[in-house]
Amino acid sequence: MAIEWETVIGLEIHAQLATHSKIFSGSSTAYGGAPNTQANLVDLGYPGVLPVLNGEAVRMAVKFGHAIGATVARRSIFARKNYFYPDLPKGYQISQYEQPVVEDGTVEILLEDGTRKVVGVTRAHLEEDAGKSLHEGFGSSTGIDLNRAGTPLLEIVSEPDLRSAREAIAYMKKIHTLVRYLGICDGNMQEGSFRCDANVSVRHKGRREYGTRCEIKNVNSFRFVERAINHEVARQIELIEGGGSVVQETRLYDPGRDETRSMRSKEEANDYRYFPDPDLLPLVLDEAFIENVRQSLPELPDAKAARFAREHGLSEYDAGVLTASREVADYYERVVAAAGEPKLAANWVMGDLSAFLNRDGLEIGASPVGAGALAGLIRRMVDGTISGKIAKDVFEAMWSERAEADTIIAARGLRQITDTVAIERAIAEAMASNPGQLADYRSGKDKLFGFFVGQVMKATGGKANPAQLNELLKRMLAGP
Amino acid sequence: MSLHHATAAEIGRGLHSRKYSSVEVTSHFLDRIEKSNPLLNAFVTVTRERALDDARRADARLAKGEGGPLTGVPLVHKDIFCTAGILTSCGSRMLSNFVSPYDATVVERLDAAGMVLLGKTNMDEFAMGSSNETSYFGPVKNPWDTSRVPGGSSGGSAAAVAARLAPVATGTDTGGSIRQPGALTGLTGFKPTYGRVSRYGMIAFASSLDQAGVLAQSAEDAALVLGAIAGHDPRDSTSVDAPVPDYAAGLARPVRGLRIGIIREFFGEGLEAGTGAAVRAAIDSFRAEGAKVVELSLPNLPLSVPTYYVVAPAECSSNLSRYDGVRFGHRSRDPRDLIDLYKSTRGEGFGAEVKRRIMTGTYVLSAGYYDAYYLKAQKVRSLINADFRRAFEQVDVLMGPTTPTPAFAIGAKTDDPITMYLNDIYTIGANLAGLPAVSVPCGLVDGLPVGLQVIGPHFSEERLLAVAHAWQRATDWHRRLPAAYA
Repeated sequence: MAIEWETVIGLEIHAQLATHSKIFSGSSTAYGGAPNTQANLVDLGYPGVLPVLNGEAVRMAVKFGHAIGATVARRSIFARKNYFYPDLPKGYQISQYEQPVVEDGTVEILLEDGTRKVVGVTRAHLEEDAGKSLHEGFGSSTGIDLNRAGTPLLEIVSEPDLRSAREAIAYMKKIHTLVRYLGICDGNMQEGSFRCDANVSVRHKGRREYGTRCEIKNVNSFRFVERAINHEVARQIELIEGGGSVVQETRLYDPGRDETRSMRSKEEANDYRYFPDPDLLPLVLDEAFIENVRQSLPELPDAKAARFAREHGLSEYDAGVLTASREVADYYERVVAAAGEPKLAANWVMGDLSAFLNRDGLEIGASPVGAGALAGLIRRMVDGTISGKIAKDVFEAMWSERAEADTIIAARGLRQITDTVAIERAIAEAMASNPGQLADYRSGKDKLFGFFVGQVMKATGGKANPAQLNELLKRMLAGP
Repeated sequence: MSLHHATAAEIGRGLHSRKYSSVEVTSHFLDRIEKSNPLLNAFVTVTRERALDDARRADARLAKGEGGPLTGVPLVHKDIFCTAGILTSCGSRMLSNFVSPYDATVVERLDAAGMVLLGKTNMDEFAMGSSNETSYFGPVKNPWDTSRVPGGSSGGSAAAVAARLAPVATGTDTGGSIRQPGALTGLTGFKPTYGRVSRYGMIAFASSLDQAGVLAQSAEDAALVLGAIAGHDPRDSTSVDAPVPDYAAGLARPVRGLRIGIIREFFGEGLEAGTGAAVRAAIDSFRAEGAKVVELSLPNLPLSVPTYYVVAPAECSSNLSRYDGVRFGHRSRDPRDLIDLYKSTRGEGFGAEVKRRIMTGTYVLSAGYYDAYYLKAQKVRSLINADFRRAFEQVDVLMGPTTPTPAFAIGAKTDDPITMYLNDIYTIGANLAGLPAVSVPCGLVDGLPVGLQVIGPHFSEERLLAVAHAWQRATDWHRRLPAAYA
């Protein structure tokens, strides 16, 4: 019998905190500035300069700690991680090492089979980012851009609780959702605001001890994380089954070739010579501050989803989809507030709206149809002004013309026909023009009912109220 | 009395009473520098034009009846303080081309007080040394005997004031670098409590120990300058946010009934007889004036030197990593690759003592050695701290010698780092515990000055200055000048 393998994954996520200025200096953290225009003397590591901690970064870290039910340390320490690299101006990175600000939290993820799983978060600590080395456009030299140097990061380290690439993705998405809900990270993966390293090992199913792990560096999209992990798992299993063994090392994922390759082995790893940074006092947080941050937390995705299910009668799945992004959840709630009809609202947000956003590559915040406008459309469906079918056409027109539902309905004469006399007249005409079908129907061919619906709809431009049409047609076809 | 016989405070009063102008005073000192510095080598940079500009500005303020007690009074800065637009070398080849783009807080505050900058003084490279012999710019000579060292690392500041090339100077003290040269050149060397003065713009050696202070002719001068530089600075997280007393006004505080502790460990083996006798005589005269003197033991204090030579190198090994040839300072020519750039730049830019400490520090922080060295040193540091705390439950100040011997000959200890390190055996304790301490001249041994060290509890600067001031009202050791510079 073939051996069954189990994958063990732990993730280290680096979330760039959305502060205006850097973690230890007053420089701007805005993305995309001309190289080295957002680096002051502190960021450049000039002789004599000193770091001063950004209080907003601390507040954000504490927010995250609360959101995952973690312990927020009353006292934490900034240490120096020493190594030489041109984009590390001081020759050391300031990072929390032995005593991080956040410890022992959990997040819950929803698996594909509908079950829930609790993933442990070992710690989350504050640190500064390094600059960037630019290897292109400088001939044989390397350019250094220190705009990013000193940008605040929250490094979120999970327990090795994840058992597949899918679980890793679910966890990563959950953290991504959470940091954006909290407003502490913009989550932009293209710009590197949300990055991930994965620790991957395999073991025989049922074993308690872990296999030797490899760390895969900088897998910066959900898709790459999945592919990189799957590739790495396959590599390790193949290696072991071929009689070899996994060497602890750092590997880099190459998305172009869909493979990981060795960066450095454990033996080549730096001795970082961590020690407490004497330029920074221990970070001491008092109860009042910690409590104050707790009070400022927004409603978190799990709580929001549960509320949607409970109060709006949505399915767990729908509630989960709608709360995956705070912006979507807020949009949906605004529609419901204006129009009622939570189920209809949910279907529209997850259906047509989401499809159009995808088609045009837009975020919900940039939707041409705002929450108020969608609510207006839903109200016209509910009050019978238009049918559900017409509503789809109206929505498309609203999207392209950026107009309200009522404007489109009026301009295009799409108002539903609910006048019984008018519908009866249309039915009578349809019957008169199709005597053969009428005779067949009356002799028992019930299926021709749909034919007459089509004829009347055609004659009314699709505007006949479907329920009324059904009722009247049934009666008139049956004969006098 | 010639101008250079006046203390900074006296010059300040003379300026306010219009006895002379700042330009006159400044020119007088610039002339003395020109004449004597070639021999003493106390300066890395003389800022003649800047000094005269400063002086004219000060005179304009004084003419309007503005300015404080230091307005128009010249000074020199140790070349460890960043000065905008002026070479800031830190005594190193590594920074021998570094013109700072900004002012240190200490520089900024003394500038605001209206002081006139005469120049930047020589120092041991990156403040690592006790004799000023590790400077890239060559050794400084002791004005009392030019075959001898002035002490270090603030040797240039000490020699400049001792020879009256400047009325007063700034310095920094990591393990005794103000007090030891102060003692060896007959000056009042004041190191404040750690955190009392901002470290912003002061090039770091060992961040948890470094503290800016003053080399002065008198306690009064030290009080005036300290008053100007002390106080919280939001740019230095370790600077303490506590009110700054009027130190000059506190000088006259009575010291009757002072409880003095004599540190037994400071009077053992290694203390030169004449130095010991002068210090004992000084303490006896305090007793005669009504002080209560008790002998105390601080049992962990003898561990100061080994503790210091783990902690300070550890911090320096990290602090000096930024000198990599990439953004400022010395860069080796035509490096083959990145590693070669680092190795050649640092190999050429740093001197032997700095390299020794970087290597020591790197070693004690390394995996497998951290606990045995760095962590243990931190534990001993807290024991030393506790020794001092217990002592200050019984006494107001501690007294003892500043150095084991008077100034030694240039070259005498350069081959033996351990003997050199032991020169700081009495001063290092105050740095490890972050305490304020002052060295005041208390005698001459074979024509060389000897210092009495007074250590107080945290933030007892006022008390220390009052004790030093009382001593200087009763004695004239601080008024003595080396004959060649009278």
